[in-house]
Order: sequence, then C-alpha cells, then structure tokens
Amino acid sequence: MASGVKPRVKVPSSVSAGEVIEIKTLISHKMESGQRKDDDGNTIPRSIINRFTCTFNGETVIDVTMEPAISTNPYFQFEAKVPEAGEFVFTWYDDDGSVYEEKKSVTIG
Amino acid sequence: MEFSRRETLALGAGAAALSMLPLRSFAATADEMIAEFTGGADLAQDGVTLTAPEIAENGNTVPIEVSAPGASEIRVYATGNPTPPVAAFAFGPLAGSRAASTRIRLAETQNVVAVAKLEDGSFAQSTKLIKVTIGGCGG
Repeated sequence: MASGVKPRVKVPSSVSAGEVIEIKTLISHKMESGQRKDDDGNTIPRSIINRFTCTFNGETVIDVTMEPAISTNPYFQFEAKVPEAGEFVFTWYDDDGSVYEEKKSVTIG
Repeated sequence: MEFSRRETLALGAGAAALSMLPLRSFAATADEMIAEFTGGADLAQDGVTLTAPEIAENGNTVPIEVSAPGASEIRVYATGNPTPPVAAFAFGPLAGSRAASTRIRLAETQNVVAVAKLEDGSFAQSTKLIKVTIGGCGG
C-alpha cells in the first residue's frame, strides 16, 4: 500500500548551535498488521512501514525498527542535537519497497 | 483397530499436550527474544523508564515513552501480542536524549517490557502492566 502516504514532520526552523530540539513525526499509513481478517475470514496480508530513520547532515539521530505492533499512522517523538546549520532527512521504509522521504532545513540564529 | 481404555486415555493426553505446545511457545517467545538481544546477560531493574497508561481504553493506539540515559538501543516487547516485538530504537551520535515516544497496539491486558542496551555493554529492563479494554488486533 503506497497510496495516500503522507509524512509530516515538526522541526523548529531556527535554533542555536548545540541546542537539543524536540522532533515530532507522523506518517499516514494503515500499518496492516497481518493479524486481521476480512469479512470472508481471509487473513489480510501484512503491509507496514518496517523502518524509520532520522539523520542530520548524514549523521544518525535515531534508527527505529518497526514491527506490526506499531499503531496506524506511526508517530514518533524524540530529541536531536543540532551542532550546526544543516538538513534533517527523515526516511520511512515500506514493506512493499517504497521509501518515503522528508527533509527539513535548520538555520542557526 | 481397537483401543483399550488405557490407550484411549494416553492418546487423549498426548493430543492435549500437543495442542498446548503452540501456546507455550508464544508465552516463551518474548523472554526468548529478550535473551537473544541481551545474550543472556543480567538485566538491571533500573536505568530504563517505560512510561505508559495503566489502563488503555483502546488497544489500537497506546501511547508509550521509553527513556534510558546512556543507552545505545532500547527495544520494546509486548508479551501478550501475537508477535511480541514492538520496536527497536537505536540512537545515533546526534540523539539529543536517549528517549522516544510512539503509539503501539496491544492485543489484550499484558506486560510491556522495555530493554535497554547501555553503552557500557550492560542491560536494563522495565516492565509495566497495561490493562486494555478493547484489544488492538482486530477480529
């Protein structure tokens, strides 16, 4: 399922150097667990986002391995250290091979 | 082919034991997975904090937060779910804190376990019982 997947990320656009900031991410995805059955009793195949990463200027902030127990529309909140101006890259990896990416630039000021 | 009373009883007991096997292996799986992660190392009972509601009305989306100062990785297991692993958070050099929040699914009232791998190579865990009113695995 790669339709209707929309990543949303909240990052302050301007921070002071070395500051620790809070990041919130949400991606719309049904996260089909592979446990549910449809009306005819057939198991609905698993279709989830299995990995989420956040990097800043190429350096890892967090790397999350996700299992079917993560809720629909996966939400993550975590903190990142911003040593200099640069760009956050958020990447979600879908079971079906799709990769969703979102970028946020941060300036020092 | 005829069965004596004794043979029939023995067969019945065998069948009962067989049918219980899958249940057993489910129950052991979370512990086994934790042991696999830690390599059988001792788990300290402090050093990791698992924040979650005591009662989750909707098992489809239960907010949790894990925090373990000095951890390189935190894994979360739901011992009563069909598949116990929930998530593994690996922290990189730019992590502002060794903490993260997310929302998880819980099939039923159960213990949720957070296991942290600390940078000195030791492990810590925290267990919390979460009561679930409506399960989150669908039917």
